Amino acid sequence: MYVAVKGGERAIDNAHAWLEDARRGDRAVPDLEIAQIREQLALAVDRVMAEGSLYDPDLAALALKQARGDVIEAVFLIRAYRTTLPRFGSSLPVDTGAMQITRRISATYKDAPGGQVLGPTFDYTHRLLDFDLENGQPVPPAPEADAQAGPVPHILSHLGREGLIQAEPAGSEDVPDLTRAPLEFPAQRALRLQALTRGDEGFLLSLAYSTQRGYGRNHAFVGELRIGHVRVAAYLPELGFEIEFAEIQITECESVNQFQGSKTEPAQFTRGYGLVFGQSERKAISMALVDRALRARELGEDMADAPAQDEEFVLSHCDNIQSSGFLEHIKLPHYVDFQAELELIRKLRCAAAQGLEAAQ
Amino acid sequence: MTAETLSRRDWLGLIARAPLPLLEALWPDDPPPFDWLRRPETGAMMVQGRAGAVGAGFNLGEVSVTRASVRLQCGAIGHALVQGRSPRKAERAAVLDALLQTAAAQDVHARVLVPLQEAECAARETRARRAAATKVDFFTMVRGEG
Amino acid sequence: MTAQLTPGFANPPIEAAHAFRQVLEAMAHPGRIMGLAGIAAPAPCSAAAACVLLTLVDGTTPLHLAGAHDCAPVRDWVRFHLGAPLVGPQEAAFALGTWDALGPLAIYPQGSAEYPDRSATLIVECVALQASGARLTGPGIKDAAWLNLPDPAALRTNAALFPRGVDIMFTSGAQIAALPRSTQIGDA
Repeated sequence: MYVAVKGGERAIDNAHAWLEDARRGDRAVPDLEIAQIREQLALAVDRVMAEGSLYDPDLAALALKQARGDVIEAVFLIRAYRTTLPRFGSSLPVDTGAMQITRRISATYKDAPGGQVLGPTFDYTHRLLDFDLENGQPVPPAPEADAQAGPVPHILSHLGREGLIQAEPAGSEDVPDLTRAPLEFPAQRALRLQALTRGDEGFLLSLAYSTQRGYGRNHAFVGELRIGHVRVAAYLPELGFEIEFAEIQITECESVNQFQGSKTEPAQFTRGYGLVFGQSERKAISMALVDRALRARELGEDMADAPAQDEEFVLSHCDNIQSSGFLEHIKLPHYVDFQAELELIRKLRCAAAQGLEAAQ
Repeated sequence: MTAETLSRRDWLGLIARAPLPLLEALWPDDPPPFDWLRRPETGAMMVQGRAGAVGAGFNLGEVSVTRASVRLQCGAIGHALVQGRSPRKAERAAVLDALLQTAAAQDVHARVLVPLQEAECAARETRARRAAATKVDFFTMVRGEG
Repeated sequence: MTAQLTPGFANPPIEAAHAFRQVLEAMAHPGRIMGLAGIAAPAPCSAAAACVLLTLVDGTTPLHLAGAHDCAPVRDWVRFHLGAPLVGPQEAAFALGTWDALGPLAIYPQGSAEYPDRSATLIVECVALQASGARLTGPGIKDAAWLNLPDPAALRTNAALFPRGVDIMFTSGAQIAALPRSTQIGDA
């Protein structure tokens, strides 16, 4: 039995109009400007860019405004928009060693060359609400000090010189892209990293936490966490050379994990890697831990079969647009499916009642 | 590096990364007559990273860009691939690239490229100085205890 | 970059959609001669062939230029407008040239039984397209269509490979006609 139903257009139109009205809220309160969101809710903007997989702060701010601050809805808007953009090409891999640092810390070396640079961090705040913000007090500019010129080297490069940390193999020129070809398992690390960097921050955080609590034990140190600006270069065929056409802010985390060694590998440190658009260190650290957990098989570790080590489990569920799409579809009409279930339950009860009668 | 030594690669990047309001302020001129080889088109470039910062490439996500190409009446061809979604910025950038290959190059260098480069350097300098102010000085703490 | 570089579509979203529709109509009705023009093409490329390339080929579509079409003006045009990697016939998703220059069809990707779509599309530049010559029947053709094919025997061999094989678009000036692998080729 299939019954097609039609209708609800007026209800839908009015619901949309109310949505727009509710989004605007009290008209006595000034309308939010995109620039205000971009500048003052910058970390929400960064999250929308990272999970929307499109670096464009103004667009992410617009999406947040339209989505009434619902981050996943804003990510959905960005994902939908990016599918309309022609892809002109691919950049060269960004050189995070040449990053202009705004924050750079290491939990493994106190006196790392280049130093510990705290940057604009929440870490040492007392998490007390600042009621001055209610009144929009003027804020003085950040303090300055004399700066050394030049890039800051990666801390793990020192361990690498001693051979104490696993080397990163160079890959092929052909970089797989999960937005162009469906994900197949087992996936290369490049595909896993792409899925993780656009994955849901909350999901990755929980998975990373689970590895710390023993589900896939891989005790991790933050070898280095850096936030800053890098230039993005691409080769343009019509010019015959590369240009640095963009500058973006990114967060990078290299985790250092103890590794006892296996049949094929000596005891050494191994790496997990996180790289995320914008300023998002919780996400970058989570990504590094989950990346490392997903390498359990290739490193020949005893498989604990922990959720974070299960590639298919992690990659199939880390995308919040996929997840919310499937989750939320169950609120759409399932009238006929449900009628069938109802029929079945009635029949079963009826049969059970008759059986009872017959027994008496 | 002074603007006099800027290569075409340098100026294309400098203009591509510049904020449009600054570009407009520095060069409000009407463009010379030109033909479109490619009208401004907004799209995306895939940004790549490297696993473990130095290993195999992977796709990090896209960045919005706009490209355009023009030909001036003298035959000079200008290309632009600029960050963001502004057709206006792509047009200005492509025309500037073409002009920088003509007799107008010196003027454009002085009026546009030098200030753009100064602005970019100043922004980087401010960031670096702020970062330096948050650098932890462990030795000072030890002295303080002693 | 040569100074002869010519512009592409003046209004890409609209014109590319129109061109795509014409190419779709041509493929859906094998042998039907359709108009396709609107841009200046680099010699010796026809306007119709340039339209097909602008509409269907981009940086992810390997292109083979055969014979006289493999010249600096066409290469520059491809580099600027399409960004397509230029490759040999074995790796081509699209190929452009005259029938003789393109060579035997078997050197192009033919697809596999599992993935027949992993095959090449050949754009064959012709002196003229005429609704006469070989008799065409099959999907998209009501009774029969006629088209002046360069080598009916070779094209019959290609059709016999179905679902594998290559698809062909014949172009001349501002005209296009298509011959997908699903079309049966009779006698003249």
